[in-house]
Amino acid sequence: MDIQYRGKKWEVKSGMTARDALKKIGLDPESVLITINGKIATDDVVLRETDQVKLIAVVSGGE
Amino acid sequence: MHCRKCDANAVINMRHHRLALCGTHYDEWVLMQTDRAIEKYKMFTRDERILLAVSGGKDSLSLWDVLLRLGYQADGLYIGLGINDPEPYSDVSLEKTKKFVDSGQWTVNSDVDTEHAARYTPTLHVVDIPQTYGKTIPQIAREKARGQGRPCAACGLTKRYVMNRLAHDKGYAVLATGHNLDDEVAVLFQNTMRWQTGYLARQAPVLPASHEGLTKKVKPFCRFYERETATYALVRGIDYIYEECPHAVGNLTNFYKTLLNQLETESPGAKLSYYLEFLRARGEGLFEKFNSTEELHECEVCGQPTTAPGRCAFCRMWDISAVVR
Repeated sequence: MDIQYRGKKWEVKSGMTARDALKKIGLDPESVLITINGKIATDDVVLRETDQVKLIAVVSGGE
Repeated sequence: MHCRKCDANAVINMRHHRLALCGTHYDEWVLMQTDRAIEKYKMFTRDERILLAVSGGKDSLSLWDVLLRLGYQADGLYIGLGINDPEPYSDVSLEKTKKFVDSGQWTVNSDVDTEHAARYTPTLHVVDIPQTYGKTIPQIAREKARGQGRPCAACGLTKRYVMNRLAHDKGYAVLATGHNLDDEVAVLFQNTMRWQTGYLARQAPVLPASHEGLTKKVKPFCRFYERETATYALVRGIDYIYEECPHAVGNLTNFYKTLLNQLETESPGAKLSYYLEFLRARGEGLFEKFNSTEELHECEVCGQPTTAPGRCAFCRMWDISAVVR
């Protein structure tokens, strides 16, 4: 399954938690919010093959 | 993970509070915590007019949403910096800000009592720097060679001047910004690394007006983690600008934020503890002797308070020599 973040895609195996997936692709769990299938999720959720995972940068925005 | 208060799925797990909440209960929690911070630090009352610096980002728009829902008289000030190269960053920021104002969303889509919120119609003040002063921030920064290749110094000076000037001229009791805990600890860390005692003495949730020409400044979100304000914006459906300022990419503050996030991952609550213990030590007078004793006087051109002789730093940077009061 894919994880999308800032225009990039990473492929990870399903069955792991979102937190473990973030660590696997080198992202700090404190620096992103997780949405799964369009809904905000906590990082303990176990990712399924059909899940659409998009990450949102916590540090963002504003002049 | 389930919400601590009901069976719904949690939208946020705040490890430092050992608290996971669903969207509805998180919404309530943010409102309650903001009101508590306002009261604890005596920031302002519901009788006072507040000017909030808004940028189109998650923190300022979320704060505006919260303040209006809590029944505060909060107007917004957007400062257009003319940063539209290579991407239309300033244009998009203003668009998001106007969209928020036009939506009136602080009165709807909430399980919290919106009776207070419905009574007040906020004003959005817009100051366009290129239109008002003839140049964009990047242009003036290049021209004045201020900031070693980045326009951040010129940007900060201009924003602080415009915010204080407008707040003062229009009689606002207090100026609020959306600075969050991550912003505060990044600055705190930077000031500690360099042992900038003067800055440490002045870092606080409330900066009193120390001169007749200055407006009290407050940071109602200073105890919220950045991921908490971001979650609030998502829960409330606030459309904010996700992209960072193009000039902020790779800057020192973001580097410190990254370091501190790594620390937080290993030790939940580290950032909050660092900040609150600093405030406690500061409150006990640890930095008292480093408070500035420099006298302020009025700029000979604009009348704003300044420590510099003659013209203030803003008037000098923008080459303003005519009297503009």
